[in-house]
Amino acid sequence: MSWPLWEVFIRARRGLNHVHAGSLRAADEAMALHNARDLYTRRAEGVSIWVVRSEHITASSPEERDPFFAPNADKIYRHPTFYEIPDDVPHI
Amino acid sequence: MTDFDAIIARDQRIEPRDRMPDAYRATMVRQIAQHAHSEIIGMQPEGRWITRAPSLRRKAILLAKVQDEAGHGLYLYAAAETLGADRADLTAKLISGAQKYSSIFNYPSLTFADVGVIGWLVDGAAICNQVPLCRTSYGPYARAMIRICKEESFHQRQGYELLMTMMRGTPAQREMVQDAVDRWWWPSLMMFGPPDAESPNTARSMAWKIKRHSNDELRQRFVDMSVPQADALGIRLPDPELRWNEERGHYDFGEVDWEEFRRVIAGDGPCNAERIAVRRAAHEEGAWVREAASAHAAKRVGRAA
Ligand SMILES: [Fe+2]
Ligand SMILES: [Fe+2]
Repeated sequence: MSWPLWEVFIRARRGLNHVHAGSLRAADEAMALHNARDLYTRRAEGVSIWVVRSEHITASSPEERDPFFAPNADKIYRHPTFYEIPDDVPHI
Repeated sequence: MTDFDAIIARDQRIEPRDRMPDAYRATMVRQIAQHAHSEIIGMQPEGRWITRAPSLRRKAILLAKVQDEAGHGLYLYAAAETLGADRADLTAKLISGAQKYSSIFNYPSLTFADVGVIGWLVDGAAICNQVPLCRTSYGPYARAMIRICKEESFHQRQGYELLMTMMRGTPAQREMVQDAVDRWWWPSLMMFGPPDAESPNTARSMAWKIKRHSNDELRQRFVDMSVPQADALGIRLPDPELRWNEERGHYDFGEVDWEEFRRVIAGDGPCNAERIAVRRAAHEEGAWVREAASAHAAKRVGRAA
């Protein structure tokens, strides 16, 4: 018998996104939150914690990285530098 | 060139789901597990002083320090699990002796001065080893090391401050500090591992950018840092050959007793049996807690269904 694995996400302070901090083992979600607090926020590193069972995460595959992300590679017109504007036009 | 080689060549990080050579994965699991075990076993020499700390201030500090070491162990077990290792299995391997931990924790902590010297020298040596590991090639290991290094500075400083306080005390207290330094200095130098000539895996670990510096380089760096700190403290390091070498720009120092190092690694140190016995007892006596928590979680799931 071993406890399931949980991924831990922490919001460092108001205004920031939750960021992945690491993982831990816990029997249930309440214990996962407590353990995450004790393990990842001993020095005020966070104001909010999310925990999620690792097995519930679906991830893109590194093998298919190139084809998977290919659709964004050839659309240079999505970037502001694609457009030529004369230097003397202000604030643009 | 494989993807793996290209990532290493570009000095980028290998991440958990990337393809990697089996030997890289095995080396990484072994190194991270051994590091995690060292943090966990490393709680014992200082932990036994928590109930006997001379003041509430020292007790609170020591408790926080030992709790950090538990945290370090857990960050590292989490990193090992990203490579497919299983935490329960790693604990079983520690207890059975199938996996090692740092030889330093097989020495006894005889007086409260040892708490200070462990913080100063043992955590100091750990910092020397760990700072370059913040750039090691395996991403989760490097990120765990960044977190750990941020916390280690407190460990070293509380130890040094404790020693400064004792050095301002009675002659008996100063003697305690000197005695503790005499006992811990050489084992601290052993923490960097065998000399480069006898460290067969170093070249491969360097090629894979797991390691950035050789054992002897890091050992020299530690000696150079420690001498002025010892002078400021007013204690003597127990090495008659220790002297500044103008030409090299480094301190020369005597030969480590590698025979002793091998003995302690092989299981014949002063505290090897005790350290494992304590870890085993904690694991076995905690079994009912783990089972009760699982039963409680299962019951709640059952109710919700
Ligand atoms: Fe540590
Ligand atoms: Fe430490």
